[in-house]
Amino acid sequence: MTSVAQPVILNDAAKDEKQESQIRVIFRRFRKHKMAVISLILITIIFVSSLLAPVIAPFERDAIDLSSSIRPAPPGTVDSQGRVHYLGIDHLGRDLFTRVLYAARVSMSIAILVVLISETFGAFLGALAGYYGGITDTLISRVIEFMLTIPTLPILLILSAILLRRDVVIPLPGFVNRFLSAMLLAPEREAQKVVMLVFILVLFGWLGAARLMRGMALSLSKQDFVEALRATGASDARIIFRHIIPNGIAPILVNASLALGGVIVAESALSFLGLGVQDPTPTWGNMLSTSQSYMFQNPWLPLVPGVFLVIVSIGFNFIGDGLRDALDPRLKR
Amino acid sequence: MTNSNLGATSKDMLVVDNLKKYFPVRSGLLQRVSAWVKAVDGVSFTIREGETFGLVGESGCGKTTVGRTILRLVPSNGGSVFFDGEDVFAMGKREFKGMRRNMQIVFQDPYSSLDPRMPVGEIISEGMMIHGIGTSAERAATVSELLKTVGMNPYHARRYPHEFSGGQRQRIGIARALALRPRFIVCDEPVSALDVSVQSAVLNLLRSLQSQFGLTYLFIAHNLSVVEHISDRVGVMYLGKMVEVASRETLFRNPMHPYTQALLSAIPMPDPDYQKERIVLTGDVPSPLNPPSGCRFHPRCPRVMDVCKEIDPPFEQKHPDHWVACHLYTEAVQPAPVNGAAQSA
Repeated sequence: MTSVAQPVILNDAAKDEKQESQIRVIFRRFRKHKMAVISLILITIIFVSSLLAPVIAPFERDAIDLSSSIRPAPPGTVDSQGRVHYLGIDHLGRDLFTRVLYAARVSMSIAILVVLISETFGAFLGALAGYYGGITDTLISRVIEFMLTIPTLPILLILSAILLRRDVVIPLPGFVNRFLSAMLLAPEREAQKVVMLVFILVLFGWLGAARLMRGMALSLSKQDFVEALRATGASDARIIFRHIIPNGIAPILVNASLALGGVIVAESALSFLGLGVQDPTPTWGNMLSTSQSYMFQNPWLPLVPGVFLVIVSIGFNFIGDGLRDALDPRLKR
Repeated sequence: MTNSNLGATSKDMLVVDNLKKYFPVRSGLLQRVSAWVKAVDGVSFTIREGETFGLVGESGCGKTTVGRTILRLVPSNGGSVFFDGEDVFAMGKREFKGMRRNMQIVFQDPYSSLDPRMPVGEIISEGMMIHGIGTSAERAATVSELLKTVGMNPYHARRYPHEFSGGQRQRIGIARALALRPRFIVCDEPVSALDVSVQSAVLNLLRSLQSQFGLTYLFIAHNLSVVEHISDRVGVMYLGKMVEVASRETLFRNPMHPYTQALLSAIPMPDPDYQKERIVLTGDVPSPLNPPSGCRFHPRCPRVMDVCKEIDPPFEQKHPDHWVACHLYTEAVQPAPVNGAAQSA
C-alpha cells in the first residue's frame, strides 16, 4: 500500500525519541510530585514496619510493664530491665510505640480493605448508571440519594450495635478468615468482627465513588468515541470496562485517597465509642479513645496515634494528587 | 415497500426508505412523554455503489440523525434501510455485528471522537480486536499500513490523541473507520471542525481512499462548496424531510425546490465584484417540535401557494434522477417555470 496523501510533517526529532512503556511514563510523572513521593515513602515505612511489628517492636503487644510506678508514663521511661519506652506507656502500662505499630496494621488494613471494596463497587455501579441511563440510572441514583440523606454516624452506631454485639458472622471461606486473623494478629473471632466492621463501612463508603463515576460516565457516554466503538460493534462491557471506567478513574482515585483518611477516622470514631475493634487489639481509634481520660495530664497519649493518623490521611491525599496528575496523559510535563 | 418509487436498481448499495426518527420530549414529575421532536420524518433516498452521496441542510434539519440511524447508533422509529438488499433494521444483534464491518463512520469532532486514554494504535486496532481479525502482530502491521495510508507515520501508533492536531486526529478517525475494511462510510461533517487549509487535504484524502478501496460515502455537510467538491449526488434536507435529490451537476445548475434555490444563492463567491441576486429567506427555521402544516417550508417559501399550507407535497421523481418534494411541480397545480426564476427578496 502506498501513501496516498502528503505525509504530515512532524517534528522529526520526536521520531528518534525512545518510546517508554506506559507504566514508566506514569512513574516518571509521579516522581515529579515531591509531596506525593515523600508521602508514599512515609506511608510505606509505616505500613511495612507495622507488618514487621512482631520483629521491630521492643515489647510484647499487650505486655504490662509492672516496674513503672507511674502509668501513663512519658516517653523515654526506662523499665526495670533497662529497655526504653520510646513513646511512653499507656494507662495500663503497655508500651505505646509497640501498640501504635500494631495499631497501624489494623487501622490501615481496615482502611485499605474498605476503600478498595467500596470504590470498586461504587465505580462499577456509577458507570452502569451513567452509561445505561433510564431505569438503571433512576434506580441506582435514588438508592444513593436515599442513603446520603441518612445521617451516617447514628446508622453506623446502630448497625455496629446490632451486628458486632450479636456476633453476626459473614460466611467467608476459611482461608480468608485465617489470612485476616494472621494479618490483624487477632483470633478468628476478632477478625470476624473486623470483617463486619469493613462491611458496615463499605455500606456507606461506595456512595461518593458511585456518584462521581456516574457523572463521568454520563458525559463520557455522550462522546463520539463511544459512538465510534458502538459503530464497530463493541459490547457494552468492553465500552464500560475499557473506556468509560479508565477515563473516569481520576476523580475516583482522588476520592479514594480522601476516603482512606476518612475511613481511618470513621473506624476510629466507632472504636472510640466502643463499637469498633476492642481493646486489647489496638487501633489508632481505640488508642485515642482510651487516652481521653488522661489527655490533659499526658498530652503525648492522644498525640502518638493522632500524629500517625494525620500523617497517613494527609499522605494518602498527596498520593492521590500525584496519581491523578501522573495518570492523565493530557498533562504533559 | 415503496422501493419502486425510489427507482432502486441493482447498482444501489444502500436504500433508505421512509426513515423516521422521533425523539421524545419528557416533562413533568413522572417524566411522561409530552411531545415528539420529529428529527427525521420519512426520508427516502438511495446510494449507489462507489458514489458519494452528499447530504446538506442547515443545523438541526436531521442530517446527522439520518447518518446515525442508518448505522443503528440510535434506534429508528420507522422505515427501513437496506444494505445490499438486506434489511439492516430487521437483523438480530449478532447478525448486525457482522454487518457493522461493512458500515463505518467518521465523526465531525476530532477531539471527542478518540478515546484520550488510548494510544492511537490501539484506537485503530480495537475494531479488528472486537471482530477477532488477525493476530496482534498482524493487527499492528495493519495499523502501520493504515497510518501510512492516511498520510501519517507508523511510529504515531504509540502516541496519544492529544499529541496530534485536529487534522491529524481526523486522519486517525479515518484510519479507524478503514480498519474493518468497510464498503460504506458515513462521513458526518468530517471537515467542518477543521481549518480551511486542512479541510482540502482531508477531502482529498477521502477522495483518494474512495478510489483506492472502492468506498461508498454518505457525506453529511452544511458547507455547499465542500459538498459540490466531493459529491456525485446530493440530497437536500429541510426540517426532517428530504426536499430534493439530484446529481451534483443537476442540483447545482438546475435546482427545482425553492429551498434549494435559496440555499445555492447563499454560496459566497470569491469575487468581490460579482453581484449575485440572493434569495433571502425570511423568518427562522420552525421548531421540529411543532412543524408547520402541509409543506414544512411554506412559511418561508417565496413561491408559496394555498395548497402548500394544507398538503404535504410528495417526494417524487420529476426528471430522470431528480426527485423533488414541491407542489410547484405537481400536475394538479398550475405548471410553473422549471428554472428558478422567482428570486424575490
